[in-house]
Amino acid sequence: MEVFWKAIAEGTRLLAHGDPYTYGIIALSLRVSGISLLIASAIGIPAGYLIGSRRFRGRSLVTAVVNTGMGLPPVVVGLVVYMLVSRSGPLSQAWTSWLGGIMPRILYTVPAMILAQVIISLPLVVGVTLAAVGSVPMDLRLQARSLGASGWHEAALTIKEARRGVMAAVAAGFGGIISEVGAVSMVGGNIEGSTRVMTTAIVLETNKGNFGKALALGFILIGIAFLIMNGMTWLQQSGGRYER
Amino acid sequence: MSDSPPRPSGMPVISAKGIIVRYHRRTVLDVPDFDLRDGETHAVLGPSGSGKSTLMRVVGLLERPTEGSVSLDGVAVDVGDRRARLSMAAVFQNPYLFKGTVEQNVAYGLALRRVPADERDDCVARALDRVGLAGTQRESALRLSGGEAQRVALARALVLEPRILLLDEPLSYLDPLIKRRLVGDFSEILAAEGVTALYVTHDQDEAMVVADRVSIMREGRIVRSGDVDEVMGVPTSEWVADFIGMDGSLCGRITTAKEGIAEIAIEGLLVYACTDLQPGADVLVGIRPEDVTLFRTADGIPASSARNQLHMRVDTIEHMGSTERVSLVTNGLRLAASVSRASARELGLERGVEVIALFKATAVRVAPAHGVPAGV
Repeated sequence: MEVFWKAIAEGTRLLAHGDPYTYGIIALSLRVSGISLLIASAIGIPAGYLIGSRRFRGRSLVTAVVNTGMGLPPVVVGLVVYMLVSRSGPLSQAWTSWLGGIMPRILYTVPAMILAQVIISLPLVVGVTLAAVGSVPMDLRLQARSLGASGWHEAALTIKEARRGVMAAVAAGFGGIISEVGAVSMVGGNIEGSTRVMTTAIVLETNKGNFGKALALGFILIGIAFLIMNGMTWLQQSGGRYER
Repeated sequence: MSDSPPRPSGMPVISAKGIIVRYHRRTVLDVPDFDLRDGETHAVLGPSGSGKSTLMRVVGLLERPTEGSVSLDGVAVDVGDRRARLSMAAVFQNPYLFKGTVEQNVAYGLALRRVPADERDDCVARALDRVGLAGTQRESALRLSGGEAQRVALARALVLEPRILLLDEPLSYLDPLIKRRLVGDFSEILAAEGVTALYVTHDQDEAMVVADRVSIMREGRIVRSGDVDEVMGVPTSEWVADFIGMDGSLCGRITTAKEGIAEIAIEGLLVYACTDLQPGADVLVGIRPEDVTLFRTADGIPASSARNQLHMRVDTIEHMGSTERVSLVTNGLRLAASVSRASARELGLERGVEVIALFKATAVRVAPAHGVPAGV
């Protein structure tokens, strides 16, 4: 038990003393996961709306693919992204020829980490959004249309009606990436000052036998996740007085 | 919010021609011709699954028919024609209020029409006042009672001052007390606003209160259409008669006519009716159950202004809540009478009892037999 108290004390000390190393990896973690989540939400919420609100051939198949994607192992995503962006990767040749011979050098950089995290979080955002949108009665959209709503108005109203579910989708996406280590370590390389984030730092400290520091970083990560999720929950619940 | 010029009353505002709707190859709607005239309330009446809501969605440009066309003021319009849709507003069976305040709900359509916020507030206040919910702007829309929610839904549509108001069974979820109160309110509001309305319902009493014209639907087709008194008074088929609560359709021929009173021969009996139709005309005759008074033959009949007195026999008695629906028969002619439970008990009505059915000539609805389509 003592090791936990020591870890909490160490974590508090690192934060209180403004340890540049700790703050650096916290900032990078938030930057990578934040940008990834923004991209995944910008693509995933509209995609979830379209899949959840429209009836089209192959909808069940698309839904099944999305649901499967929700369980994608981050390490597999990391592997695929590695194969795509590595110069020696088996998928990079096709990719390079498609881009007209230009090979973006993004392996072991933040963009590669963001790409991997977008791939991990996108199915989570799409899957939960489409379930939330699907629970809004079709006739409610018909009601909006009957009052003069255009397709955009209808989409905005549906997402507003499914707001709690959509916020849960964003939270699920965030939860899926802030804590993952497999993909960011494979495509980021855990380079200090460049691509090291909270999770890869914890793995490194553990490998070095610094369990106390690893645990301290773990507590800081949990604390940050708690604060962000709490904010999201507040947003999700706000306006509840206008609901049943 | 419509900026269309005023139209002469009675002209078709919306016309639907050759409408067919199929779901998975099954035809659910087949209406060759339907129109909604300026300023009228047109009720579409029919049992569940008869296609009346589908017809409303097609006419209201909320659903594209498999075949056929809809025109607004003579111009072909489609589901994608938002300008045409902006001249309409709908109230559905379920009020479908959006999350938010009453004010946000009522102002929804105004915001879509880019009405300035201060003007919106005034419009919302007036609309809520009109439906008896003044001062409820800040309340949560989803915490209202069923009746209040339906009033908000009506306010949300009326505030737009639509040229065409579509009402799809707006009262069917409500309990009888609120329903009775609201149906009167709806009727008053529709008359006062002078709005053209399509009112879909399965309740004939509701249709009779609110409508100027009625169309009766069965299995996706309109089987009877016309003025509300004529349609609800003169059934053209056994099915229509049964649906509107009458005992079969009566066919007869006018034998004589004098001073506006015609003598109609039906199944060897003579019935008197007020009509301008001439002798020799084949007619359909309807007598509503609530217009028939019963006497026991042994009691003798007091002097009465009712011209029709038919000796009949009670065939069946059906309990209808506070009233009894007594089915009468004589010489193959069938007639229904509606009497209170107390009266039925006092008269000792039961199967086989002989009675005299009394009804006024003015209570007999007559229509030319060739002027109405054969019912399905």
